[in-house]
Amino acid sequence: MKSRSRRQLRLTLRYLAIALVLIVFLFPVYWLFMISFKTPDEIFSSPPKWWPGQIQFGNYAVLFKDGDVIAIWNSITVSFASTAIAMTLGTLCAYALARFKTGGENLAMWIISQRMMPPIAIVFPLFLIYVWAGLVDTHAGLILLYTAFNLPYVIWMMRGYIEDIPLELEESALVDGCSRWQVFWRVVVPMARSGLMATAVFTFIFAWNDFLFALVMTRTEVITFPVQLTHYMGGQSNFWGKIAAMSVLGSLPVMLTVAFMQRYLVRGISLGAVKG
Amino acid sequence: MAGLTITGLHKRYGGFHALKGIDLTIQDGSFAVFVGPSGCGKSTLLRSIAGLEDVDEGKIAIGGEDVTDLRPRDRDIAMVFQNYALYPYLTVFENIAFGLRSRKFPETEIRRRVGEAAEILGITALLDRLPRHLSGGQRQRVAIGRAIVRQAKLFLFDEPLSNLDAKLRDEMRGEIKRLHKEIGKTMVYVTHDQVEAMTLADRIMLLRDGRIEQEGAPLDLFERPSTGFVASFLGSPTINLIPGRLVTRSGRSAVVLDTGESLDLPAQRAKLDDGERPILLGIRPQYLTRAAGTLAAGHARIEANADLIQPTGTRTFVTSHIGGVAVTAELAAHDVDNSEGRIAYALDMARAILIDPSTDKVI
Repeated sequence: MKSRSRRQLRLTLRYLAIALVLIVFLFPVYWLFMISFKTPDEIFSSPPKWWPGQIQFGNYAVLFKDGDVIAIWNSITVSFASTAIAMTLGTLCAYALARFKTGGENLAMWIISQRMMPPIAIVFPLFLIYVWAGLVDTHAGLILLYTAFNLPYVIWMMRGYIEDIPLELEESALVDGCSRWQVFWRVVVPMARSGLMATAVFTFIFAWNDFLFALVMTRTEVITFPVQLTHYMGGQSNFWGKIAAMSVLGSLPVMLTVAFMQRYLVRGISLGAVKG
Repeated sequence: MAGLTITGLHKRYGGFHALKGIDLTIQDGSFAVFVGPSGCGKSTLLRSIAGLEDVDEGKIAIGGEDVTDLRPRDRDIAMVFQNYALYPYLTVFENIAFGLRSRKFPETEIRRRVGEAAEILGITALLDRLPRHLSGGQRQRVAIGRAIVRQAKLFLFDEPLSNLDAKLRDEMRGEIKRLHKEIGKTMVYVTHDQVEAMTLADRIMLLRDGRIEQEGAPLDLFERPSTGFVASFLGSPTINLIPGRLVTRSGRSAVVLDTGESLDLPAQRAKLDDGERPILLGIRPQYLTRAAGTLAAGHARIEANADLIQPTGTRTFVTSHIGGVAVTAELAAHDVDNSEGRIAYALDMARAILIDPSTDKVI
């Protein structure tokens, strides 16, 4: 009996701890959602209102009416496009590095070393190049930048995943009538699926979160969501309602992506932990 | 017609010379086995035939057509790998159909061929499963199924049974032999297991250090090895090699062991020139029997202590010291009883293999 009640106590304590951690981490998210539904009065009311008096979508309506939501759309376009390009090119490069030892051992190391460069160090030289090339404030400009920045990461990660694929599977496919391209699509891609998904999510989040490049390289046409947010913070006052609504809109795509890919993410990340 | 001809094949990995001039011919429809210790080049040779390794020199022809510079998929071969190489994300059906799909076969033909192959291998009930739900033997069957649906000219097996347990290995070995009879295609099989080589092969190529040490029918190699290496590689338990001297005096030859015993060779095996030379006397365990009252022709008698007696049920292995080395005799189960001390052996000297210890050549 005694040991049973002790076990019960331990279990209760454990759940309490879990609940505490969840509250600490989830409360800001909850608060963000709540603010986005509140009127300005409610936002600043003291004591704080834990639940808005009435759910109203005024903050969202303003964003749509003023056309601010285009920033979300810009972010989606730029992030998806750069992720798709970086994943395609990066996986192909990784395959070459892993299977044909292109450039020996050092090339792979050099590639990942590019990722170690602090972005701030090159943002202004890049800006000058972009001005010269007419890429400032264009979708293509941002896509190009994010692709370039994510490529080393994709190559490095995918190289690890591909090296884990048994060589015999590819050889068997070669003998069975596949060309190298077919081997890549029919064997390597399905075998590395978890790794591909995990890497793609990280790549996407990097592009989605980027503030520095988006701030410097855009003016009015291709403003992305993180830059748009700063427009609501003024010297005199902050538009908390808009900030909250915009943040909710900006978090949703990432939350949905991660939720859908959770299965692959966990497997992909733990795979990468062993090697790569 | 799809025999295999290889001429002057060389393969180097950096400084390592893996294949040092391989020449061989395998007849259409026969079962050839490359056997040898690990690192002898047998797998490299097989992979070169498949086109998975580029060769540095030499030619490979399948069915008379030079395939040396062709890609693997253009060589019309099928290959079974040691680790099965099944695609874990595809069902058994799709695994077997893989090669047909990459060659764009029509769906009805794919269904027909996969169905047939599954029938032959007894895996029809498994077609909808994923490889991870199969046992080792079943996976091996699927791997073989993937090879036979292709109806390729040439089948290559790279140590396909080495990951299976002993019982399953025996079973699958029989199955592969039956399959060869049934489909009658040329098969090339790599193994380091001499029992597999002996039981499966029409023709054995025994490799050593990137060269073919000897080739021939299994029993030929077993009974008439050209070197001590071949003699000791084939046969289980291994052949006994007893050091001594070959002494010839006026038309009669005998092997005089280092410990002094003299074992007469039968007249037909006598050497012509008088004299003596160091020798290794090679005698297989089954040619050491118990000496009865009178010795059969061509036999020599020697007595030794039974150091170790190991009954296996069918045969009993007895280890003794003869000529200063441990020697194994394979006796009938009831020929010896556990408490026996000294045993008189009859050595079948007509079957003895005489090896020159300096060149390892059989004389």
